[in-house]
Amino acid sequence: MATPKKDTLLDWYRQMVLIRRFEERCAELYQQGLIGGFLHLYIGQEATGVGAVAALRENDHVITAYRDHGIALARGLDPKAVMAEMLGKRTGVSGGKGGSMHLADRERHFWGGYGIVGGHLPLAAGIALAAQYEEKDEVVLALMGDGATNIGYFHESLNLSAVWKLPVVWLIENNQYGMGTSVERASGAKELVRRALAYSSEDGSGMKMGPRIDGMDVLAVHDAISEAIEHARKNGPILVESLTYRLEGHSMGDPQRYRTKEEVESFVESGPIGRFRQVLIDKYKGVESTLDKIDEEALQAVEDAVEFAQNSEDPTYEDLISHVYVD
Amino acid sequence: MADRPITIREALSAALREEMQRDERVFIMGEEVGVWGGTYAVTRGFLDEFGAKRVRDTPIAEMVIAGSAVGAAMAGLRPVAELMTINFAFLALDAIVNHMAKVRYMFNGQFTVPMVIRTTTGGGKQLGATHSHAPEVLFAHFPGMYVAVPGTAYDAKGMLKASIRDDNPVLFVEHSTMLQRRSPVPDDPDFVLPIGKSDIKREGDDVTIVTFGKGLEWSMAAAEQLEKDGIEAEIVDLRWLRPLDLEPVFESFKKTNRCVVVEESLPMFSVGAEVAAQLQNEMFDYMDAPVKRVAAMDNPLPYSREIELMALPDAQKIVAAVKEVV
Repeated sequence: MATPKKDTLLDWYRQMVLIRRFEERCAELYQQGLIGGFLHLYIGQEATGVGAVAALRENDHVITAYRDHGIALARGLDPKAVMAEMLGKRTGVSGGKGGSMHLADRERHFWGGYGIVGGHLPLAAGIALAAQYEEKDEVVLALMGDGATNIGYFHESLNLSAVWKLPVVWLIENNQYGMGTSVERASGAKELVRRALAYSSEDGSGMKMGPRIDGMDVLAVHDAISEAIEHARKNGPILVESLTYRLEGHSMGDPQRYRTKEEVESFVESGPIGRFRQVLIDKYKGVESTLDKIDEEALQAVEDAVEFAQNSEDPTYEDLISHVYVD
Repeated sequence: MADRPITIREALSAALREEMQRDERVFIMGEEVGVWGGTYAVTRGFLDEFGAKRVRDTPIAEMVIAGSAVGAAMAGLRPVAELMTINFAFLALDAIVNHMAKVRYMFNGQFTVPMVIRTTTGGGKQLGATHSHAPEVLFAHFPGMYVAVPGTAYDAKGMLKASIRDDNPVLFVEHSTMLQRRSPVPDDPDFVLPIGKSDIKREGDDVTIVTFGKGLEWSMAAAEQLEKDGIEAEIVDLRWLRPLDLEPVFESFKKTNRCVVVEESLPMFSVGAEVAAQLQNEMFDYMDAPVKRVAAMDNPLPYSREIELMALPDAQKIVAAVKEVV
């Protein structure tokens, strides 16, 4: 696969840094009581989200679970409107009615974050069915956590996608823990991608078992997902597993008794942003000042987003009762 | 065009066929809808007529039947998904309640979910505890979706067509023992009934019977017996549990000052409870007797016919309830 151009790579770097700064700021705002509910940060997983979403065409589709901020930003949602949603403002992407777990943007074919584990997987199948039905050349990228692979929705959705040859890339973001329960304590298959075999036949029909990829390497993710998308476009569903790690708790207030500080530290050193920065420095002489500038701009973009959100209006009674039904 | 007596099964079939002919985006998916022709034969012949793209057999997998219909509807299609019975809809409860009914609200109106889930309800067929109750009221608890409970062929056709044409999601509940009931139905392909409108099925001045679905049949039979005793019952068929239209009930109650609610559902937290609560709020000054409720027994349903029927409502139980209040 051709290596993307420098501008593209710098844009991925920008997205990853933006997500990191955005999430760090969200954690602060949560601690200040300005963000409520559950807050699931994407810190550590940026390479998977950015690399995978970058492989989509504009008219392709993406849907994910509740750890959705990174996917939203990677898909180009305005950080201001995303931050406004965090703060429950009417200028938020979901008008302040969705919150952290329920970001979406119909125009960008980002079908949302969903709070019920696995609940979005059949929706992904349905969106893919609509594309197939209307003979549109479009693919759905459906991201899920490792925990979602153990729920009934996963089985029913992957099976149906294989039966109907739906154009879906099922992407497991294996961050090693479903809340606090590690993969080997929750799953009969340690290599989650092997579950694809349950929906495939000896003659090669059905679900394709895709690769297990290094989810901390944005280039590797992009390559693998690009290939997977082409497979899905031509031949139907494929399951891919991205090995990643969340550097923060499952959600805010997670005491993290299920893992050691040393384990977390070991992933900090191999974190996706530092790694990619080094790749860029090795590849492009003198790029450091550009990267530093991107870092500063990301920080500023997040501050602008916070300012926008804080100055936005709260939703009203009209917002409370609107959009329950189509009038 | 003339009205023609047809069965509820034929009415449902005609509604589906007409809407599929009218709109390419309408398609059917679900358990045995295609090759089998529908477990209640409603979609017999559809596979040949419309092809496998629009008449889609699915695995027996209710979560993904309901959930993928939600996704397809969000993306612009108009699915009519079929679950063989409403008991199996419990498996799809999350997809129905959390996604079908809520995605529009949760994302501030960015998505619409124009879909119908067709399913059957009802006991009296010796199917035992897991296949026999009439739990449609559970689904009427949730805003964001509609619940249709037709009791005649006329209503079944007009309401199903309305449900398919509407942009909101509908759980459409058909009674499995009433599919052969016959009544005159318009042939006009544009015959559509309004959503959320109750209907007076019989006029009378002495007592208001509020009912729906199978309850309509029992109530009509009870009214005939009561007539012989000089009691004229007015029967309000709710037709929809959501939107719930109680205006005709209130109007009738102003005249009769007495009410009996008849349903096949379990009695606790039921339609009867809701109607009684609203009557005492809105119509207290008109109330001459307590609101009576006739429902299934608060008990699981058994297999053996004698004791199954013992647990279900019937005309005699309605007559007895009416006689307590008039």
